[in-house]
Amino acid sequence: MANTLQPLVSGRRNALDWWLRERVWPSPFHILLSFATLALVVPICVKIANWAIFDAVFVSTGPESCRDAVGACWAVIAEKHRVILFGLYPFDEQWRPTLAVAIYLITVIVTLTPRFWSLRLLVPLWTIAVFVIGALMYGGIGPLRIVPTTEWGGLALTMIMFSGTVILGFPIAVLLALGRRSHLALLRSVSVVLIETLRGVPLITILFVAVNVFPLFLPAGTNVDKLLRVTIGIAIFFACYQAETIRGGLQAVPEGQYEAAKALGLRYWQMTGRIILPQALRIAFPAIMNHVIAAMKNTSFVMIIGLFDILTATTAVMQDPVWRKYYVEAYTFAGFVYFAFGFALSIYARLMERRMNKGYVS
Amino acid sequence: MRFAFGFAGAIAALLCTAILPAEAGQGDTLKAIRERGEVLCGAHPGRYGFAAPDDKGRWSGFEVDLCRALGAAIFGSGEKVRFVALSSQQRFPAIQAGEVDVLARNTTATLTRDTALGLNFSPPVFYTGLGFMVRKDAGVKTVEDLNGATICMAPGSTTEQAVARLFTQHGLKYTPIVIENNKELASAYVAGRCDALAKDRDALPGVRMYDAPQPEEHVILEGTFSKEPLALAVRHGDDQWYDIVKWVMYGLMEAEENKVSQANVDEMTKSKDPYVQDLLGVTGDYGPKLGLDKKWLYWVVKSVGNYGDIYERHFGDKTKLPLPRGHNKLWTEGGLLYGLPVK
Repeated sequence: MANTLQPLVSGRRNALDWWLRERVWPSPFHILLSFATLALVVPICVKIANWAIFDAVFVSTGPESCRDAVGACWAVIAEKHRVILFGLYPFDEQWRPTLAVAIYLITVIVTLTPRFWSLRLLVPLWTIAVFVIGALMYGGIGPLRIVPTTEWGGLALTMIMFSGTVILGFPIAVLLALGRRSHLALLRSVSVVLIETLRGVPLITILFVAVNVFPLFLPAGTNVDKLLRVTIGIAIFFACYQAETIRGGLQAVPEGQYEAAKALGLRYWQMTGRIILPQALRIAFPAIMNHVIAAMKNTSFVMIIGLFDILTATTAVMQDPVWRKYYVEAYTFAGFVYFAFGFALSIYARLMERRMNKGYVS
Repeated sequence: MRFAFGFAGAIAALLCTAILPAEAGQGDTLKAIRERGEVLCGAHPGRYGFAAPDDKGRWSGFEVDLCRALGAAIFGSGEKVRFVALSSQQRFPAIQAGEVDVLARNTTATLTRDTALGLNFSPPVFYTGLGFMVRKDAGVKTVEDLNGATICMAPGSTTEQAVARLFTQHGLKYTPIVIENNKELASAYVAGRCDALAKDRDALPGVRMYDAPQPEEHVILEGTFSKEPLALAVRHGDDQWYDIVKWVMYGLMEAEENKVSQANVDEMTKSKDPYVQDLLGVTGDYGPKLGLDKKWLYWVVKSVGNYGDIYERHFGDKTKLPLPRGHNKLWTEGGLLYGLPVK
């Protein structure tokens, strides 16, 4: 490619002309390549669009509605969305998880907005949010009847597990990362052993241990809530991976920063909290967000231990023999829900990177 | 993934057998259930007809109703049951650790499970086993006609072992095509990739009805070719609780045999038949011998019906999955269900 710098000439026409010349047909070979790509992509898109939109059935009038459909049968979503989104939560009480998810989303949006970044606001906000969401979901206060966690399900459950993972896991990750770089031999060995052991086993194993093995060590009759056990399990797993990411960030902070901080007479926690960590986290940010998004999707692993998150609920409800032919549509719907959250996190991550990189020469 | 799965399962199973938890003490389970106010029932996370959430997210199915019967026997209401969905790897640790009081999760009663896994099995509540579906125009009438056939089945299943054993016994040859995913397995058969579909017999009518475009072109072979007696399971150690589970199941069968159904249970309390009076707790005190209310079986039948009512509700002609009762008829009608006398 010759000159890829955008000319300083203003005007729409020129810009378009430049874009076409440089980006679409800089040479005959590129023209060929562009058309080949188009030829590949367009038919697939047309097929998908036909299946998903033009030939699809959207309205359900019972099991017969999709009999003659050539395309997708979205009627199955109309029929089954309540179970997919709420799992086993009692039907008449489903306004409670709906409200809980709404409160949760508002809290998250506030938390992610830089203008509200102050511990004095966020700590009380989360305390209240956790309390209100817990009260709504579990009940037992006033007229709300108790809904045990075995009946929680769907989107609310996925969100609770995801937030629990990040809120519990992130502080542990920071401590493990600092522990691994500590000069205290014991602290360092404990961190290393913990990180390496848990990183070395699959998440499924940790879930199995949390669900099946852990209760065997408890005296008979005592029972730690399964949801809690699982969330702690996923959180520790998340923390071990995240710890290594943060350690990468810590190592990238130049030695001079540590020395300068010490020379100023800062204590360990002052130095770590005010000088080192902010830089380390900024450096490691893309990788940190990577793990956060993975943690969101990892919640779907609970399928194998019988918690009714979105994916388990979809699988269970699609056992209905009349509708099970349309499992592709149901999973597409569940996949879209994951995508919506994953993509929102990605966009946020990119915005934050741009914001944090202001004033830095990278 | 599969390796990880197996590995984790193996570790869990090993630990379970190595440190078998303290067995349930005599009477502890019923006491705990009474204090808690509900029975904890380990259920299949989704097998239509047996246990699956309905469109309103409410548990529904044959095994679900058996658990509700236990709730009714103790509390007089089938609603006093909480279901805990358990995967197949998870079900035994869950019952051993006391996470659930009873397991009603498509579990075949076997010697190993009864002994090494520390379980006690209720009388079988559902008899099933290997069955075959073939295309009608193939003219297959018996297993012998399947000589040389390609057969679709799920890998690593008891089906696979049962087919191998059956064909060796008869000195027949076959080509297995193993497909993991249930849906794909059905599609492969329907698309003609194999001559016969081998599956638990109770699952075949669903495939015929909903996966085959022309159900009348397929037939299910007469007969069940392996033994899969499904039963409820409880932990070793608490005989009282085991008795309750066992006798509630017998009670369901006895109610059907004596024509006491959900529809007529209130009338039947006025029955002149002394045995029916005993069953419904009008006379006699069989409930208290189990540690239950005198009218325990009345509440069971009132809440969920007798065995036949439950079967009809989930596998009857009006359901989405009609399934002939076959072995699951009463012994008086040529089936295998033989309730012991409530005396």
